[in-house]
Amino acid sequence: MLKNFEPNKIFAITSKAPKYVLGLFFIIVSIGLIEALVLSPEDYIQSHSVRIMYVHVPSAWISLGIFSAIATLSFLILLFKNKSSILIAKSLAPSGLVFSIIALVTGSIWGKPTWGTWWAWDARITSMLILCLFYFVYIIAWRIYQDTEKVNKVTSFIALVGAVNLPIIKYSVDWWSTLHQPASVSVFEKTSIHHTMLIPLALMTAAFALFSLLIFLMKYNTELIKIKNKGLDRL
Amino acid sequence: MINEIISMNGYGIYVWSSFIFTFLSFGFLYIIIKTQLIREQLKFNEKFRTLNAEKKNTVRSQETYKGILEISSVSKI
Repeated sequence: MLKNFEPNKIFAITSKAPKYVLGLFFIIVSIGLIEALVLSPEDYIQSHSVRIMYVHVPSAWISLGIFSAIATLSFLILLFKNKSSILIAKSLAPSGLVFSIIALVTGSIWGKPTWGTWWAWDARITSMLILCLFYFVYIIAWRIYQDTEKVNKVTSFIALVGAVNLPIIKYSVDWWSTLHQPASVSVFEKTSIHHTMLIPLALMTAAFALFSLLIFLMKYNTELIKIKNKGLDRL
Repeated sequence: MINEIISMNGYGIYVWSSFIFTFLSFGFLYIIIKTQLIREQLKFNEKFRTLNAEKKNTVRSQETYKGILEISSVSKI
């Protein structure tokens, strides 16, 4: 199955897709922003500051999702030495890093009016900071090591160690007493958010997912052209 | 109406700064990745130009190389 994702086979799609993804992103983000900033109601306790949720929560979800994908691909890299997995994992990292930074910064801004502080060393916030550091180390490792074999092993190891932090982030609000509120949206349980807030949240999540897809495709194409540039030298 | 959207009962500074930071980060990331892509495409084009006719034909016959040449000729800085 992995052979269907060979870089040469999917380049025809990845090279043409970015313009369509960018167009779709602009449409969905425009609707999402109107919903999030104008149409959605204010919260009865947090008032308008609840609107920060529409950028904070999708960013946190996507940064977690991307790191999970990188960790899974890294496992495949160590197991099968699959080249396309290496390329995909490497291309996912930049957007994951930026989304984790956005989650931390917007969370900090949200903390000031809600908790009265910009930062607290509680379990959820600290584990999120650790995720951001793992992204940094992962990206820096790609720049430091030149040897292909070594860099594949080192980056995969970093991703797998970092994956231990993912369940800690997810369950930190249940395991420890933290400032951060428990999850309001769940796949398996009843969601506690009213649909007037859930719609803008879903739209912004879709828009952010499209943006991360766009960055992934562009980075993937860049990495593939880099490889082909080296191929031209060998002709 | 406009004032209400901007001030948001005094929470506007927090809400707007969060949204502005988010979209500035998006713009910054997009520009960095796009610049890297264009740089690699230009490098590819330069190398391609230096190849002899036979090698150029070999490159043109391969799907991925052909694809790179197509997108490189479309995107300009």
